[in-house]
Amino acid sequence: MTEPLVVLKDVNKHFGDLHVLKDINMEIGKGEVVVVIGPSGSGKSTLCRAINRLETIESGTITIDGKTLPEEGKALAHLRADVGMVFQSFNLFAHKTILDNVTLGPIKVRKQKKGEAEKRAMELLERVGVAHQAQKFPAQLSGGQQQRVAIARSLAMDPKVMLFDEPTSALDPEMINEVLDVMVSLAKEGMTMVVVTHEMGFARKAANRVVFMDDGQIVEQNTPEEFFTNAQSDRAKDFLGKILTH
Amino acid sequence: MQEILSDYDVLAAFWGTIKLSILGTIGALILGTIVAVLRLSPVRVFQWIGTWYVNTFRNIPLTLLMVFSILGLTFILGLQLNSEDISSNVFRWAATMLAVYHGAFICEALRSGVNTVPVGQAEAARAIGLTFGQSMRHVLLPQAFRGSIAPIGSTIIALIKNSTVAAVIGAGEAANLMSVVIENEGSRFSVFLVFAIGFVILTLPLGLFFTSLSRRLAVKR
Ligand SMILES: Nc1ncnc2c1ncn2[C@@H]1O[C@H](COP(=O)(O)OP(=O)(O)OP(=O)(O)O)[C@@H](O)[C@H]1O
Ligand SMILES: [Mg+2]
Repeated sequence: MTEPLVVLKDVNKHFGDLHVLKDINMEIGKGEVVVVIGPSGSGKSTLCRAINRLETIESGTITIDGKTLPEEGKALAHLRADVGMVFQSFNLFAHKTILDNVTLGPIKVRKQKKGEAEKRAMELLERVGVAHQAQKFPAQLSGGQQQRVAIARSLAMDPKVMLFDEPTSALDPEMINEVLDVMVSLAKEGMTMVVVTHEMGFARKAANRVVFMDDGQIVEQNTPEEFFTNAQSDRAKDFLGKILTH
Repeated sequence: MQEILSDYDVLAAFWGTIKLSILGTIGALILGTIVAVLRLSPVRVFQWIGTWYVNTFRNIPLTLLMVFSILGLTFILGLQLNSEDISSNVFRWAATMLAVYHGAFICEALRSGVNTVPVGQAEAARAIGLTFGQSMRHVLLPQAFRGSIAPIGSTIIALIKNSTVAAVIGAGEAANLMSVVIENEGSRFSVFLVFAIGFVILTLPLGLFFTSLSRRLAVKR
């Protein structure tokens, strides 16, 4: 067993009266790809966002590569640089070119030279297939292209782990695969990934483990094959029944 | 019309208007930015001070602020901005009150600009490891500023026209001269025309400039 890179221990989180994360315990090994699935409102996004502290937690601990998530401030910014995050709505910096979107972090956070950062950025944009759009602005790109740029922007920071929160659910169907392909290749290269998605094809192809959440709890987890064909809990069966018939 | 221009120093009066407007604008931009940062800060007391400022100065008529600066602050409290020269004291108070009053509007213009920036932008900035200051500087403020160019432009144009209110305390600017001309020559249409044209010359190009600037710099989403 590889050393766990991300460890969540007894994590609890409320939004007002709503208990969104209930005693979450989870370990993610180096190079492991974990797909998180579950009904709407079950806390998947909150879990993802808690891992890089876009949401605070009330109790429990989250450690990344042995380091506990610090409180707000410089130390937290530092740690976040090691955790890539890809959002459902891409969130590219709207006033910056594609190239500048990718180089901002390396230049400001990693203190790389502009030339060096741009060279690396172009390699990454090449890799996700949007190098020829480098001088354009986000609004000029299709959703699929924007999401691939967002992945390149995260990769430019050389993250230890990448979080994806429904990266394809805002996309038109014909653009989903171009993004999933990039993610599959990342997974194959050994990137540690936590992916909230309902794309079962991706889970089957790339995930080591599927974690099923419902009502703020991890209800069951298994290999993708086992989970999809032989779910144990009624809640998972019920959920799978719903998404499979659609 | 010709004789007004030759008998009175209209240009000097408009120069007074321009100086008043420039000083007022610089002051309003500085005050407005400070108050906007107060209102946006996470500290309750700061927010409260900022809100108080905006509600107070946006709702007191400018004429009252002008009169108060001379009758209240200079005469009763003895606060002078130039104790040697009365007309310079008046002029400086006029500029200050223009700044104080319009600062409230600049603050709201900036805040509306901040509201054009989706929260996802700030989250993405934080997610790549930018500090609070860095995300402000490189991601949020540049977009907020672009989003508020049009309302800031409107505020500056309003400020230029509102500088005429300074005539109530006799600050040397266009409206002050206009009332002198009217007193001497009687109210003739040409008098109004001269001063109206003067203001249009000042504000019309500025309006066009701000419109094109906000269009050119608009953030496409
Ligand atoms: N900022 C917030 N304030 C209050 N409640 C929130 C907030 N964010 C999420 N919630 C609530 O917390 C619960 C869990 O939300 P979360 O976004 O984590 O669910 P999810 O599993 O990602 O759902 P979905 O599949 O719809 O994205 C939901 O009931 C949601 O309404
Ligand atoms: Mg979600």
